[in-house]
Amino acid sequence: MADVKKIATRDAYGAALVELGNERDDFIVMDADLAEATKTGAFKKAFPERFYDCGIAEGNMMSIAAGFAATGKRVFASSFAMFAAGRAFEQIRNSIGYPHLNVVIGATHAGISVGEDGATHQCCEDIGIMRTIPGMTIINPADYTEAVKAVKAAINHDGPVYMRFGRLAVPVVFDDDYNFEIGKGVELKEGNDVTIIATGLMVAEALEAYELLKEEGINARIINMATIKPLDTEIVLKAAKETGAIVTAEEHSVIGGLGSAVSEFLCETCPTPVLKLGVYDTFGMSGPANELLDKFGLRAKDIAEMAKQALTMKK
Amino acid sequence: MDATKRKELSIAACKIRRGIIDGVHSAKAGHPGGSLSIADLMAYLYFDKMNIDPADPKKADRDRLVLSKGHAAPALYSALANRGFFPVEELLTLRHTGARLQGHPDMKHIPGVDMSSGSLGQGISCAVGMALSAKHFGDTYRVYTVLGDGECEEGQVWEAAMFAGNKGLSNLTAYVDFNNLQIDGSCDEVNSPAPLDKKFEAFGWNVIVIDGHNLDEIEAATLAAEKVTDKPTAIIMNTVKGKGVSFMENKCGWHGKAPGDEDYAVAVAELDAQLAALQ
Repeated sequence: MADVKKIATRDAYGAALVELGNERDDFIVMDADLAEATKTGAFKKAFPERFYDCGIAEGNMMSIAAGFAATGKRVFASSFAMFAAGRAFEQIRNSIGYPHLNVVIGATHAGISVGEDGATHQCCEDIGIMRTIPGMTIINPADYTEAVKAVKAAINHDGPVYMRFGRLAVPVVFDDDYNFEIGKGVELKEGNDVTIIATGLMVAEALEAYELLKEEGINARIINMATIKPLDTEIVLKAAKETGAIVTAEEHSVIGGLGSAVSEFLCETCPTPVLKLGVYDTFGMSGPANELLDKFGLRAKDIAEMAKQALTMKK
Repeated sequence: MDATKRKELSIAACKIRRGIIDGVHSAKAGHPGGSLSIADLMAYLYFDKMNIDPADPKKADRDRLVLSKGHAAPALYSALANRGFFPVEELLTLRHTGARLQGHPDMKHIPGVDMSSGSLGQGISCAVGMALSAKHFGDTYRVYTVLGDGECEEGQVWEAAMFAGNKGLSNLTAYVDFNNLQIDGSCDEVNSPAPLDKKFEAFGWNVIVIDGHNLDEIEAATLAAEKVTDKPTAIIMNTVKGKGVSFMENKCGWHGKAPGDEDYAVAVAELDAQLAALQ
């Protein structure tokens, strides 16, 4: 996919904030001394009077954002996924989640594609952690286009939203006319042999896996699941019934993430083999992001292999 | 403060204390000690100072209060009920299954509660967020928050203090209920947060130290805070945990324990006598 344009979804976060800043002035953006990295720096540059840096105190930032939202105003609170979902979990749970406040958490540098910084900064648990908070909406956009649209949808959403962005430049797979809706999965490729449900940067890999499988005569259905909570159960159930085997693909631990959400739903409604591709209960490590994605088996060929394995499990 | 107002607010404080004891007794659980110690402050704020309207609890320009020491919810609820936000009888539903009056403040369901709180250290940050919103959008309301002394052992309190000092949030007043007792013993024994005055000063705050049971001092400090235009104000209130109920005063055992029927009867007799003397 060398000819495909690649941009990191964190860049979309910054760009979307600037676009929103041009459209309305009823919100602020907060960061915790990572504006350059999270890309809120673009907003800071455009609207310095609407940007507040909390310094290196993520828990405090989340509670400040909650209080700000409690006055009826909108706010984005930004940090790395590790320090948003991880360090500030309890502030997000109690200050934001319990009162169901309109805070959008912009969490960048999710997953192992953080790269060289290594395990302390590679959060593969955030979706699982955030999923346990009642009323929390979780969005993990696949590419730049979807990320921009998701940010613009999130600011109008009723209740807290956790948005997950990546550091690594990833293929832009959607056109501008792509329609994003919170809570809706999107079928990207038709197929009835097996379904691959992917999220985040694994969507581009899943589309490549579709081609690999097609060469072997296997017609895979590809679903982009940007919203992990609330899960689009309708599209999952339909896929389970029509294809009989499912592979989930995510740059996240196989504990607690998309694979868990799909499995939890299906085992109670339509028991179906679900194979989970992700990070297998292990910490990340330092290295160039693309080498790590190879090493951790988060590539199209890995998805294709797992899809073939899933096929053998069909009843 | 003139004598009439002092008397009115003293009566309000006494009724707040009675509501605390009634609620905690009915709940058979809760935190009477640290609720009683802030009753005088709550009387002043809810019956005199704050721009609030029980008929319109969410009015946009209201002053806000975040009870950062959320376990003192009985004091907040009693103040709100006695002020007319909901029936005083509802205090007897405190902590009951299905009741609105949750063990810690719940802004989603209880009229007059401006912020859910209870996890220590978070409330002051929420108050900072409200003060930031007011400053950012040019709103003129004030934000009040009430902290516990033990709560000041939470690092987040100082993260919030640093931010508020740095941003010059002069529309924020934080009261610290310094009764020097926490669950495991005296603050000095556990892990002293003192000196609180010097700490807040070092974080860029205006600091006033008062007797937290003296209504004149509470009012004077609160009004003095409004005159400061470049800093938030911390009012360190020296208080007596359990104030107003003799056998609860200065006893850390009454931090998180409800009175049984016998103790309840004694407490009620004492508070009723105090009220009768005032009236």
